[in-house]
Amino acid sequence: MRKLELRALGRISYADAWALQQSLEARRKAGEICDQLLLLEHPHVLTLGRNGHLENVLLGRDRLAELGIEFFEINRGGDITYHGPGQIVGYPIVDLREWKRDVVAYVRGLEETVIRTLARFGIEGCREPGATGVWVRDKDGQLAKICAIGVHISRWVTTHGWAFNWTTDLSYFRYIVPCGLTRPVTSLEALGIALPRAIVEQALVEEFARVFDYDPVVAAAPAARLTAV
Amino acid sequence: MTDVVMPQMGESIVEGTLTRWLKKVGDQVQRDEPLFEISTDKVDTEIPAPAEGVLTEILVQEGAAVAINTVVARIGAAGEAVAAAPAVAAKPAPAAATAPADAQAQSEDAPAPEPVAAPAAAPAPAAQAAAPEPVAEEPAGPVSPLVRKIARENNIDLKLVKGTGAGGRVTKADVDAYLAASASTATAAKAAHGPSAPAPAAPTPVPAPAPAFVRAPAPPPEALPPLPRPEPAKVRLEPMSIMRQKIAEHMLLSKRTSAHVTTVHRVDMTQVARLRARAKEEFRERYGFGLTFLPFVARAAAEALRAFPIVNASIEGTNILYHNEINIGIAVALEYGLIVPVIRQADEKNVAGLQRSIVDLAARARSRQLKPDEVSGGTFSITNFGSFGSLFATPVINQPQVAILGLGAVEKVPVVVDGDAIAIRSLAYLALTFDHRLIDGALGDQFCQKVKQVLENWSDQVL
Repeated sequence: MRKLELRALGRISYADAWALQQSLEARRKAGEICDQLLLLEHPHVLTLGRNGHLENVLLGRDRLAELGIEFFEINRGGDITYHGPGQIVGYPIVDLREWKRDVVAYVRGLEETVIRTLARFGIEGCREPGATGVWVRDKDGQLAKICAIGVHISRWVTTHGWAFNWTTDLSYFRYIVPCGLTRPVTSLEALGIALPRAIVEQALVEEFARVFDYDPVVAAAPAARLTAV
Repeated sequence: MTDVVMPQMGESIVEGTLTRWLKKVGDQVQRDEPLFEISTDKVDTEIPAPAEGVLTEILVQEGAAVAINTVVARIGAAGEAVAAAPAVAAKPAPAAATAPADAQAQSEDAPAPEPVAAPAAAPAPAAQAAAPEPVAEEPAGPVSPLVRKIARENNIDLKLVKGTGAGGRVTKADVDAYLAASASTATAAKAAHGPSAPAPAAPTPVPAPAPAFVRAPAPPPEALPPLPRPEPAKVRLEPMSIMRQKIAEHMLLSKRTSAHVTTVHRVDMTQVARLRARAKEEFRERYGFGLTFLPFVARAAAEALRAFPIVNASIEGTNILYHNEINIGIAVALEYGLIVPVIRQADEKNVAGLQRSIVDLAARARSRQLKPDEVSGGTFSITNFGSFGSLFATPVINQPQVAILGLGAVEKVPVVVDGDAIAIRSLAYLALTFDHRLIDGALGDQFCQKVKQVLENWSDQVL
């Protein structure tokens, strides 16, 4: 069994979280630390993946600035996505050589983590062929995305991860075509499930540990959370 | 010579899309240095070079789907001949007119649904066709972002294109066929403008598989007249507004004139934030406007300017001109512009008075009703980039002043207080840009400390 270190970061800017991911990635590659799971939420931010299309951002930069939405172009897979308050974002820094050398199996594993978490709360999540992420039936019976996934891998070490909509203000998704798909987005709250954040976070961590065979899961010391040391 | 092959990234994975080359032909590469990136199922993976040497050949273009174990590049020893041109770069002549747009679409659209001009070496073109297409549903019928992009770049009305995909969906092949059809009717005119068209002198050495648009069924069934396809504009020229020209001139003048230095101090705004939260509603009722952080900062700056008059000065040749009045300019963002109206004798106003002036000046700045003397005579300036979410910035001095104070976003953060306890406080960064010709770092920092001290020890009673 492998060890996982959990870093609960609370609200953290995209830039700070990215810097932390990079330093943890380097230290993971060097074998200085064990696998990590960062749990956090971002202030309003739009991020565009390597293969993304700027035309999926439906607002100019001036208007984004007025609305207080940051914008980043980054190196994960996937198209444009939105992050903001009420989302539970997970960034696993995992060396896949110690699990499976299979990047697609990894993404399926992240989906599995979220599907099992939803099942705990009585919601049936599913996969959509060709549309990575976790989908649910919303109140109108339409398929809606509840969790976006985008990953970067360098020498089998992962960065980026998932963005799970807990109580996300879904109106912000109007400003983009999420992942280039014009399908609805939903959240746990919008599905009528009101749960404290801590409960959902704990479920995600436990299911993540089960899917990826971690034992034990240890919490990083508070002081160490924000630094790679 | 070492072959670089598409690696196996997992059991079930038979191919990946090569999204980006991180090196060019002729570049020196180290063993294990990232060489290219591939994309499968929303996973981007950096692939390291298998050997040290010079990248002599790139066999697969960005955007192509490649089966595993396909040779995508070659690395030779230093000095080894560099291949003249990647084989797949050469495209058949009839496609010349569409080449630029097509090439761009490939490099930007990694999960390209259609087989793009695959390298001769790729053994499994059939597998490429099986790649899942990104589905996009629109009221008008589902169209992939790639198709929309091609259509837009070539001014095609998608309604005129016959769809052959599932449920009558317009696919890339359909758009390409449509393009090819309209191109062939106007070959003479179009053939001329193809900057990246292959020169006749470099014929395709390897018969590359025909790109989709040649292979696809020819003209659309409804024999619509082919649309004239104007060259899509790549740029747009527009004169600057007078205000823009003035701003540009002033910014450069300032950068040429002053020796800009910026110092940043962290200020605990908790006290002010509490007071503001309490007084906000009362303000709205009594005065008809809200209460922001800005008047508090202006008030604190006025105090500090009194204490350090040199920050409220200007330079006249080799003399220092001290201003006896403290006139604080407040930067106001306009629709694509900027203006700095001035609060006169700011040190004689309380927070309510300052807020009133700020609201009034900003409103009239936006409706362009400021009088000329309201935008001149400033002796110091404040800019509030925090309202746009910035933490701190390095503002440019408003000439002929010698300093400008920038207020960053006020954010609640956990901080260590009273020994080792952690508390939630409202913090902001104050950035002071000063002219080092006149003000030294020590003085600049003393000034900031004074501002900080006033803000952090705000009395509950004083508005």
